[in-house]
Amino acid sequence: MILLSAYCAVLLSFASGLLALMMHQRQTLSAISEYGFNTFFTRNVHCRGWINKNLEERRFPFFLKQAVFVLLGLSGVFAVIAGLAVLLSKGVITDQIALGLPWLPWHIRFDGLSGFFFLIIGIAVCAVSLYGPGYVRTYKENEHPFAALGLFTGLFVTGMLLVLLADDAFMFMIAWELMSVASYFLVAFQHENSANRRAAFLYLLMAEVGALSIILGFGVLASFSAGFTFDALRDANLSTTWASIAFVLALLGFGMKAGIVPVHVWLPEAHPVAPSHISALMSGVMLKVALYGLIRFCFDLLGDVQWQWGVVLLILGTLSALGGILYALMQPNLKRLLAYSSVENIGIIFMVLGLSIIFMANGHPQLAALGFLAALFHAFNHALFKNLLFLGAGIIHHQTHELNIDMMGGLIKKMPQTSVLFLVGCMSISSLPLFNGFVSEWLAFQTALQVDVLDNGVLRSLIPVAAAALALTAALAAACFVKVFGLIFLGQSRSRNSEKAHEVRDKGMLAGPALLAGLCFFIGIFPGVIIHLINNVSGQLLGHTLPNDSALGWLWLAPVSAEQASYSPPLVLIGALIAAGVCYWYLRRSPLTVIRRAETWDCGFGGLTPRMQYTSSSFTMPFRRIFAKTWIIDEQIKKDLQGAMNQDVGAVHYQLHIQDHSWPRLYQPIAQGVNSLAKQVGRIQTGNIRTYLGYSFATLLLLLWVIS
Amino acid sequence: MNWLIAILQTTLFVVLAPLLAGWLKMCKCHLQNRKAPSLLQPYRDLLKLTHKQPVVSEQASWLFVTAPYLIFSATVLAASVVPLIAVNLPTSASADVIVMVGFFAFARFFLALAGLDIGTAFGGMGSSREMTISSLAEPAMLMAIFTLTMTASTTNLSGAIAHVLNEGLILRPSFVFALFALILVAIAETGRIPVDNPATHLELTMIHEAMILEYSGRHLALIEWASQLKLMLYGVLIANIFFPWGISETFAAKDLGYGLLAIAGKLALLAIFLAIAETLVAKMRLFRVQEYLSFAYLLGLLGMLSHIILEASR
Repeated sequence: MILLSAYCAVLLSFASGLLALMMHQRQTLSAISEYGFNTFFTRNVHCRGWINKNLEERRFPFFLKQAVFVLLGLSGVFAVIAGLAVLLSKGVITDQIALGLPWLPWHIRFDGLSGFFFLIIGIAVCAVSLYGPGYVRTYKENEHPFAALGLFTGLFVTGMLLVLLADDAFMFMIAWELMSVASYFLVAFQHENSANRRAAFLYLLMAEVGALSIILGFGVLASFSAGFTFDALRDANLSTTWASIAFVLALLGFGMKAGIVPVHVWLPEAHPVAPSHISALMSGVMLKVALYGLIRFCFDLLGDVQWQWGVVLLILGTLSALGGILYALMQPNLKRLLAYSSVENIGIIFMVLGLSIIFMANGHPQLAALGFLAALFHAFNHALFKNLLFLGAGIIHHQTHELNIDMMGGLIKKMPQTSVLFLVGCMSISSLPLFNGFVSEWLAFQTALQVDVLDNGVLRSLIPVAAAALALTAALAAACFVKVFGLIFLGQSRSRNSEKAHEVRDKGMLAGPALLAGLCFFIGIFPGVIIHLINNVSGQLLGHTLPNDSALGWLWLAPVSAEQASYSPPLVLIGALIAAGVCYWYLRRSPLTVIRRAETWDCGFGGLTPRMQYTSSSFTMPFRRIFAKTWIIDEQIKKDLQGAMNQDVGAVHYQLHIQDHSWPRLYQPIAQGVNSLAKQVGRIQTGNIRTYLGYSFATLLLLLWVIS
Repeated sequence: MNWLIAILQTTLFVVLAPLLAGWLKMCKCHLQNRKAPSLLQPYRDLLKLTHKQPVVSEQASWLFVTAPYLIFSATVLAASVVPLIAVNLPTSASADVIVMVGFFAFARFFLALAGLDIGTAFGGMGSSREMTISSLAEPAMLMAIFTLTMTASTTNLSGAIAHVLNEGLILRPSFVFALFALILVAIAETGRIPVDNPATHLELTMIHEAMILEYSGRHLALIEWASQLKLMLYGVLIANIFFPWGISETFAAKDLGYGLLAIAGKLALLAIFLAIAETLVAKMRLFRVQEYLSFAYLLGLLGMLSHIILEASR
């Protein structure tokens, strides 16, 4: 039954992709329906009328788009049901499907870990399918065909769900490639800009290099085992060296997809150019699938984790978290900023996962379960709020046709509902209390504070440094999202487009983000719900749950023990309501003190203009000076001098260009190396047929000599 | 009973905060050969502000008028977590010290947004600087506090202070580092000299005042009160974590009375130190603040490392 709903989720997403292909088949569809009604269902008059009405020329595209997204949404609902069911039943379900080559059936395994990620995907897909119909309406059919968008969205979701179900390396890789390639077409959807094509190519290139590395990782495991099924790989008996090699390969492959520094460069290129609901899926969900892959590979397939791996994850995670948020801070483009912030959040998840591995390898499985809990919880939270923020960015883009933060402002009055939803997202991602981001960060700190139990001196001093970096990351994230919300929604409009913006009319476009925002708040107040689910996962995967399962009541959060640390969000909420209520009631009693509205004080000079406001680059100027070494900053100020002796400044031209260090430091040398290698190889390619015949002859001689 | 004491203590916190501000001002005036205002002057100011009609810019959105309530309540919640006269508070269990830092972040988030809401250059400048300074100060503060929580192996503030109290007077190197880190952070976070100057307006170096320039009436009163509360909170943190003696461990009336006297004495002393420091030191340039705060961060980290290397029992 559980597996059936999982299959339903996969099939429905696939069906939604196929249905989108029907976009140009209106005539065929009407012919089929005519035939069907004339021969089989001759009595169904109502049904026939309804279908015929929707098959009319004018209504058909609208109807089909709705239908595609309804199927996708149903797929999401089934994914949520399947995920919840398998998590609550604590069971493991296996199956075989005779697809593919005759002697290689697909092995299916649906356990707690898959179920948890099913839940994440399901929620995200539900939100996206509520949001989608309104959003895709702006695309012109002849420029950006819906058939392509719908098909690849369906395939993309199918691929992600299949990755989670896979129980052998073949099926895993096929599903993985389906996910990668489908998302490549989605990134390249608006391919009329050369920048988009370039981003899509970069994405495909890195996805394939990553996939290659994953295949090699599986290959190392497979060479020590009897087959390619995960069961066989689990039994593989590897020496520490080979296990570490497999780990590094898997880390490279999955890390490339997840966007770990320094292999994150495709993220800020690809996410901004995809349609917003696709960026939401890519950033919120696909990165989590990569995380799933890493967890499956390390904790499940490799089994015996080494503490050194944990250190590697911890260091890479810290670098990604700090690097991601510092780059995000400098971005004026909203979607690029969100993409960099995904790098940060993935970094945090990797950090905590590293802690979990360290505790596991040092024989503290309960603390490992705590770290694992924090990592998965943060993955869940990040899926919620990053989806929310990307969908919000989509609404803003839809209404203002701008993505540059410096061109917005004052949208809180024009788009009141969107602004509230976006504010919830910003507060969650800045990890403020009462919202979900705070809970996972709190758990991460609690994990790091357990360092006292370790014996290794290096680890004992390394982990506090990582905790310090986590604290810095959180504070910088708050600064970053104050900038985002403040510049987009507050102040005065900085451009005509944002001046004319208004709230979206499509209720679905608000319902999707509202669902996510509601969940962000609900999980922030009642985190026990999700923690209970994750505890089942860690019980299955690590063999250990949190020390005191019973203390995890709905009111209290006490992961280690009630004496060590506890947090009760509902009580905090009640306290906050009481405090705010009392002072509101006390201060608003007197009718004399009604608010008077007046012009803003302009120091008597008159005429405050929107251009006098702080912009993205001025807001982040102190950070730019303090962390100057982090970026490659190209700042140019040119003054137009005029008047006698060139003493008056007419106009000032200011240019700021900020670049990632990883391009010139890492990628350009690689690209140059490949180029020069290709040139060397090119030398033997003379273009002369006689030379080539000579090569063939020489090769033949050589081979004859070898076999003789 | 426990909850009653907790609520009483929080009320005491809120009510006494302006008194501390008044006392600080008094000390400073005496040190600078000026005539001091009455000790009750902050109360009169707050009362005056609540009776005035608030004037709000036409540009302002709902966020601008809601923010003061959120800021004030978040600060009150932070205060409710910190043991003032007695330990074993139930509120300390429902929100530990990390949550307390989270409350500060919450208040700051809305203060910075309110600064950006009107769309003036001053507000933006204040917000930008506040977020810069706090993003350096927050990790330093967490490091200092983590030193304490790791020593006591609990993040529950009540429990940690009780632990220090029961251990007796032991000179721990980690605590010395953490104390200095926390003092530096406290000065930065409460906007005192040498980081910010609470006494000036219309100076290009101002931070806190720049953000709240547009506030008036009851909104201003709430924000002022919240910042007085924050000052007292940091004072109590420093006093009760590092010098917890005198704090009541039971809820008997006599002990609570002694606890009140003890904390009043400690805070009065701290305020005198702060006044002397503010009189002697000049305000520093904005871009020196990072060095100051990274020094605090380093001290916090050193405290933590010295705890782990020197003190932690295997």
